[in-house]
Amino acid sequence: MKTSMTSGARGGAVTRAEYCVIACAEAWRGDGEVLASPMGLVPSIGARLARRTFAPDLLLTDGEAMLVDSEGAPEGWLPYRQHLALVAGGRRHVMMGASQIDRFGNQNISCVGDWHRPTRQLLGVRGGPVNTVNNPVSYWVPGHSTRVFVERVDLVGGVGYDRAAAAGPTATRFHRIPRVVSNLGVFDFATPDHAMRLVSLHPGVTVEEIAAATGFELSVPDAVPYTRMPSPAELESIREVIDPRGLREREVRG
Amino acid sequence: MGDKAMTADEAVARLESGMTVGIGGWGSRRKPMALVRALLRSSVTDLTVVSYGGPDVGMLAAAGRIRRLIAPFATLDSIPLEPHFRAARESGTLELTEIDEAMFMWGLRAAAQRLPFLPVRAGIGSDVMRVNPGLRTVTSPYEDESTGLRETFVAMPALRLDAALVHVNRADRAGNGQYLGPDPYFDDLFCEAAGTAYVSCERLVDTAELTKTAPPQTLLIKRLHVTGVVEAPSGAHFTSCAPDHARDEAFQRFYASTPWTEFAGRFLAGDERAYRTAVEAWHEERR
Repeated sequence: MKTSMTSGARGGAVTRAEYCVIACAEAWRGDGEVLASPMGLVPSIGARLARRTFAPDLLLTDGEAMLVDSEGAPEGWLPYRQHLALVAGGRRHVMMGASQIDRFGNQNISCVGDWHRPTRQLLGVRGGPVNTVNNPVSYWVPGHSTRVFVERVDLVGGVGYDRAAAAGPTATRFHRIPRVVSNLGVFDFATPDHAMRLVSLHPGVTVEEIAAATGFELSVPDAVPYTRMPSPAELESIREVIDPRGLREREVRG
Repeated sequence: MGDKAMTADEAVARLESGMTVGIGGWGSRRKPMALVRALLRSSVTDLTVVSYGGPDVGMLAAAGRIRRLIAPFATLDSIPLEPHFRAARESGTLELTEIDEAMFMWGLRAAAQRLPFLPVRAGIGSDVMRVNPGLRTVTSPYEDESTGLRETFVAMPALRLDAALVHVNRADRAGNGQYLGPDPYFDDLFCEAAGTAYVSCERLVDTAELTKTAPPQTLLIKRLHVTGVVEAPSGAHFTSCAPDHARDEAFQRFYASTPWTEFAGRFLAGDERAYRTAVEAWHEERR
């Protein structure tokens, strides 16, 4: 598939950050009337874009306790106690970050090194363990490297396919990792053994570049398409309405 | 109705070393920092702290008061990593019970309802089970209607607290606590899960005043769960306490980038009044 690097919208060529926004937005396509819970800037822009365009039934928060429409006006109340209960009900698709992620989608944002005395303490498991066995969890990695895409994560917070299978039906029943988006491409787990697969390359990225930045063997189909371009209307939404200050370009350069 | 008003120092004087203390708020939001500062002035130590962690955890860890922390995270929100929590973990001086955000909530609920545990679909398959070898599972006595299976869940043990410390917007002298911001967090639950609970507030008001302008559902904490009430204006500083005050982002950045001994020496050597004066002076210097 050929993808043009230029667009008809104002402001010039589509940037890498904007392809990432589109790739994140696509995670919520077809989800219907569920809560979109994006962590991080690019996923947040993506969720708002999806809500404004092809996924109008999505619910979004203001980052605190209010549910807001695409103009930011309150339409509901979701304090943490309700948010944590809603997770167990399953009407939610979260996109979390990952300091480490492995071939089967196990995710770590807790610490690097031995948990008992980490070389780098990070956030802690946060909601990863409950999210992953209750509602779809996608991931966003702004800096794709062998330090993030690792053979084995140091601590499994978000549960991957192999660990869920080993834990049994309580873990697998509602477990699903729809996609992983990085600054280089889009990935899923639609392989016989649920090992990570390359789905699309952001324009300007090669399969070799991704393989070199990935610490495990990635499943790569014979033909890998490029991540789709934003439509002129989508690009205008991103640039003029959702992120007019261009903060996305700080999270993803190039 | 008894008058439960007391000072922060009087509240902290009722705590003992070795206690399990729950701290309300979330991250760097509506933390009972005036009570934490009083705790730092006391000699109480060897604590098990139960918290959706923010600078409360950071400061108590930096001061060496925490033996064990039970938490799903510690963050300053606008600064993702709590620097002193991080330092304590990396130097191996903090024992950690790391559980998921939802497990934490159900643990408090179990304690509040005097149950030994509650079943949760969380933790299973993750390393929360590996790093907490004491966690047990429980198999449902009922077959699931759609799968026919009897599922196995994590039996989240009750997080019983000896004491809870929370900060709200308003309270009366009897201990009825009111929040006026967007999120109650889990402050009522902390109080219900605790043997004793100390509620600080931005302003102590007459009971009748609580609902003069605010709807009844803002009345978050019932006096029957409360041991002491402390009036502490800006008592959540530097964390947020909407709508009374926003997070003091500049000061939080200073806290996060200043060596602990230097920070504590300048801001925490005196009482709460001295703290406020020192913070004002710090802001003056920057103008």
